[in-house]
This record gives sequence, structure tokens and C-alpha cells, in this order.
Amino acid sequence: MTELRGKGVSGGVAIGKISFYKKDEICVKRVHIDDTAAELERFDRAKEFTLLQLSELYEKALKEVGETNAQIFEIHQMMIEDEDYLDSIQNFIVSQKLNAEYAVAVTADNFAEMFSSMDDDYMKERAADVRDISDRLLRNLMNKSGSEDSSDGKTIICADDLAPSETVQLDKSKVLAFCTRRGASNSHTAILARTMNIPAVIGLGDALLEEYDGREAVVDGKTGVIYIDPDEDIKTETEKKRQEEIHRRELLQNLKGKENITPDGQKINVYANIGGLGDMGAVLANDAGGIGLFRSEFLYLESKDYPDEEVQFRCYKKVLERMAGKKVIIRTLDIGADKQIDYFGLDKEENPALGYRAIRICLTRPEIFKTQLRALYRASMFGNLGIMFPMIISLEEIKEIKAVVSEVKAELAADGIPFKDDVEIGIMIETPAAVMISDLLAAEVDFFSVGTNDLTQYSLAIDRQNPKLDRFCDTRHQGILRMIKLTADNAHKNGAWIGICGELGGDTELTEVFLAMGIDELSVSPSLVLPLREKIRNASIKDKEEILKKYSLC
Amino acid sequence: MTNFEYTIKDELGIHARPAGLLVKAAKAAGCKVTVEKDGKVAEATKVFALMGLGVKRGDTVKVSCEGDNAEKAAVQMKAFFEANL
Repeated sequence: MTELRGKGVSGGVAIGKISFYKKDEICVKRVHIDDTAAELERFDRAKEFTLLQLSELYEKALKEVGETNAQIFEIHQMMIEDEDYLDSIQNFIVSQKLNAEYAVAVTADNFAEMFSSMDDDYMKERAADVRDISDRLLRNLMNKSGSEDSSDGKTIICADDLAPSETVQLDKSKVLAFCTRRGASNSHTAILARTMNIPAVIGLGDALLEEYDGREAVVDGKTGVIYIDPDEDIKTETEKKRQEEIHRRELLQNLKGKENITPDGQKINVYANIGGLGDMGAVLANDAGGIGLFRSEFLYLESKDYPDEEVQFRCYKKVLERMAGKKVIIRTLDIGADKQIDYFGLDKEENPALGYRAIRICLTRPEIFKTQLRALYRASMFGNLGIMFPMIISLEEIKEIKAVVSEVKAELAADGIPFKDDVEIGIMIETPAAVMISDLLAAEVDFFSVGTNDLTQYSLAIDRQNPKLDRFCDTRHQGILRMIKLTADNAHKNGAWIGICGELGGDTELTEVFLAMGIDELSVSPSLVLPLREKIRNASIKDKEEILKKYSLC
Repeated sequence: MTNFEYTIKDELGIHARPAGLLVKAAKAAGCKVTVEKDGKVAEATKVFALMGLGVKRGDTVKVSCEGDNAEKAAVQMKAFFEANL
């Protein structure tokens, strides 16, 4: 068994035989011609034929990967018709009396060179587009077809590199995965592979040998690892992963775009929890209705010093824009306890879970708090923002927070910076004290989000990291469920809505109970969104009292 | 001739996709449209020249419309830039 490592650019696993994709070498000769008119005509015919092929490719891509990704082939058509590109080719033919093949090859070199020399990684990669269209033109001039896929059955396509047109042209029903020696994660090929749900690993370098052709391999598009001649253990493990993926994809197919509604017609929002911008892809791929918990502390954890207003603003704006009007609830800084950051210079504590953390830090160090709030309010213009405060235990804290918020708003207004005045304000319910006064708290805020992890730890007096306590730690403890029920009732009586963003929200054993309580939103990790939607769409909650009784909740 | 200045907001700048859209819009404008950055000028109907300007986010470009419909075209182009770039 040989292990190769590259960069995984499109997730998923595959097992199968390798088929090495080889391009016909295009060998261009420099030939002097006399009849330039005839040569121009020959070039024009090849150009027209190339345009036709590209428009067919566009149609094929449109069906397979959607308009956004198909556009590259429309741009390829524009490139072929680009005046400067054509001028250059025609100039070689007419004034230098050279053959069309040579004219195209030299022009392609010059234009590709222009992109390669630009100081921008994205633009550098566009040299591949120039090569792609020029190679197609050359093949048509020489009446050569591209590489034919002669393999029968599904294979793992390995190549030096793949141009976007080659990726789309391949018969997808025969491709298990793409592996290339070169390539970049921004390349259209990587993007197309992701859209087509085909695992892809790039940048494997010279270790990817042509002699592997026909050998069995395992490809993991997430980790970027491929095994040549895999052993049985790896194969079994991969097959298991593959089945899970197939199941998930089926769910996705059936449930994407559908409402989170029970057969009895009760609706509930299913949002996703994220811990960084890297999770955004999963949020969108799993069709989450919004973001119910954006853990803003990653901005602080990933940085060597306090992230400034501009850095934070850009990050929040990006998430809001990508969610395109869907709700995005950003939780303000929640550090301390198990999340420590050196530059905050926090003292070592005897009992960090009960210590100086989250809102307690923000309210004692308003300069940190105000920077974050300013960035949040500035970003509010770009989507549907909600702001949530962690670790609340009293009404006074909310009043103090609101005073800071008013200050920040007044300063923004004075600076002439636009912001939305009606951003929803909410709090985490994660302490028993907050539960007990939830009627009072609800009157002050727009929403609650129950953080069941901390609420469980504080209520059961159990450290969830301690394995010795496992047998005592019942996450579905009636005490916790009663607290959630009480909080939900108090929220609704006082005009607030309530969500659950802790792990318990994703426990599908309890979905019916949460629906019976009238919980308005469940926020779970992106991969749980669709399984939860499936559960909701099959949940029977006709007799709510019966469901609540089962857990002694009424 | 009518012209306006515009600062690019799109994350990648004038990359392939917006360049393609810009070419389409410029062809539909019915007059000569040029984009200028740091003294380098590209005709907006030429996709390679546009991409070759290397326009990135934060760059300010000058867009000029010249010909019969210049005024109307400038309004259209401005709307295009605001919506796509």
C-alpha cells in the first residue's frame, strides 16, 4: 500500500481503479504559407467550430453544474472572440505569412504569460483558461479530437492537470474522483468538482505515477490522502464513509428547499451553529435556514492581539452577505473558562467555569466590548443580524449592556455611519438563575437561546469533561427539560421567542418534546440540519399533553 | 464624453465572471466604453484587456463612455458597476 498526500479540494471518498488521463501532445510546426487568404479562412472555420463546441459545453455545464459555474464557458467564447487575441493571430498569418497553428500557439503563449506575470494568485491561474481555449483551437485546426475516455466502468481520473473544459467534458457517470499532480484550490476544476460532488485531490506532485494506471486506489477528498493498492482495513473504512455520504446526499436531495414543518402543520426554524468562516460552506450546503449561533470568539482566538473594528466588521459583513437576508445571530465574545487567550492577560483561576468569563469580561472592559458592538452594528446594514449576549444571570446586566449599546449607536450616528436601529437583541439562557427569572428577562429582550451544555453543567453540578461522572450525567434530565419548558412559557408570555443552541437541540429523541413546548428555533451543527429536518417532517405532535406528560413536564 | 469614477467592492476585483458580464454590458451600451486604472486603459468589450488591468478590491477605476449614447450609456454602466463590482 502506498500513501500519497495532496490537497483535498472537494470532499467525499471513492474506491476504484485509476485511469490516467493523457492529453495528446500538440506539436506545432512553424510553416511559411503563401495563400494568406486561404489560411485566414481555415482559421475562421476552426474558430467557428470551436465557438460551437464551447456553446455546447456551456449548455452541458448549465444542466450539470448550474449557471454560475457554466459561465466560464461563456467567458471562454468571449476570449476566443477577443479582438486583441484575434488581431494577434491574424497578424501572424497575414503580415508574417505563417501558418494558423503557429499563430495560435505563439499568441496563446503571450496571453498566458500576461496572466502568469500578474501579482495576483487568482489572475495567475487564468493562464490556464488561455491554454484551454487555445488548445481547443489548435486541435480543431489539426482535426484532432481531445483525449477520449476509453475506460469502461467507473474510474478515478488521474492527470497532470485538468482544464475546466476537460472536467466538464468527461462523462460524470464514469468518474469516481479526480486526482492531479498540479492545480490550485481556486481553479475552476476544483470548483466544478465540488459542485458536481466528485471527490478531488490536487497538488499530489510527481509522486502520482503514470504506472498507477489500472491499479486500485482509495481517495479521500477531504483529507487529501490517496492510497494506492489499499489494504482491507482502509477499504472497509472507506466503504463505510461512502455509504454514510450516500445516505446524507439522499437526504439532501429530498430535503433541500423544504420547510421545517410537522405533518400537523407546526413550523420551527432550523439554524446552524458556526465557529468560523470556514463553516459557511457547510451551512449553505446543508440548507440551514439561518445561523443561530455564530461563536465570535474565533476572531480573538486566531489572532495575536485584539482584533480591531475593521477586521471584525469585514468578517461579520461577509457572513451576513453570504446568508443573503437569512437570520444571523452573532454571540458576543465568550472566553474564559475552557477558552483562554494569552493577550487578555487573565489570571489563573481556581474555578474558571464559575469565574471571570464572557459578559463579565465585556462589562468590566468596555473598550473590548464597544469595539465588537461597533463592528456588529456597522455590519447590520448588510443582512438580518441578531446580537446575543452570553452568561447572563441578572436584569442589571441586561440594563448595563443596553446602556453600552445605546452609547455605541449614538457614536455611530454622530460619525455619520449607517446602522440598523432594529437589530434583534437576545441572551443566552445557560444559568439556573436566568431560568428562574426568565419572565423578567424576556420583557427586556427579543429572544432567548438556551445553551444546554452550560445549563446542564451548572444545574447538575457535573463537569462534562470528567469521564468518571458519565454515569451520573443524564443529558435528558427532567430537571433540564423542565427548565427549558419554564423558560419557553415565560418567553412566550412576555413577547420573546426562544431557541435552543446547545447540543441537546440536535437530539432527535427530544424533537417532539421541543415542538410540544413550542420552541421556535433549533440551532445545530450544519451536518445535523437535514437529519433534524427529516425528523420534524415526520414528527407526530397531535397530542402535545401526552408528549409532555411522558417527561413529567405537565 | 461622459465619465465617472468607481471604487471596486467585489472581493476578487474584475475577475473572469464580472469581466464577461462587463463585456456583454459594454456591447449593449451602443457606444465606446473604456475602463482606466493607473493610466492603463482597456476597452470594455475586450475581455483579456479588462482582466489584464488587474483591478482589485479597493482600486478606483475611471469609466468613460464616448459616442452618440454616451450619457445614457454612462448611467447604465454605473448601474452595472454598482450591481456587479
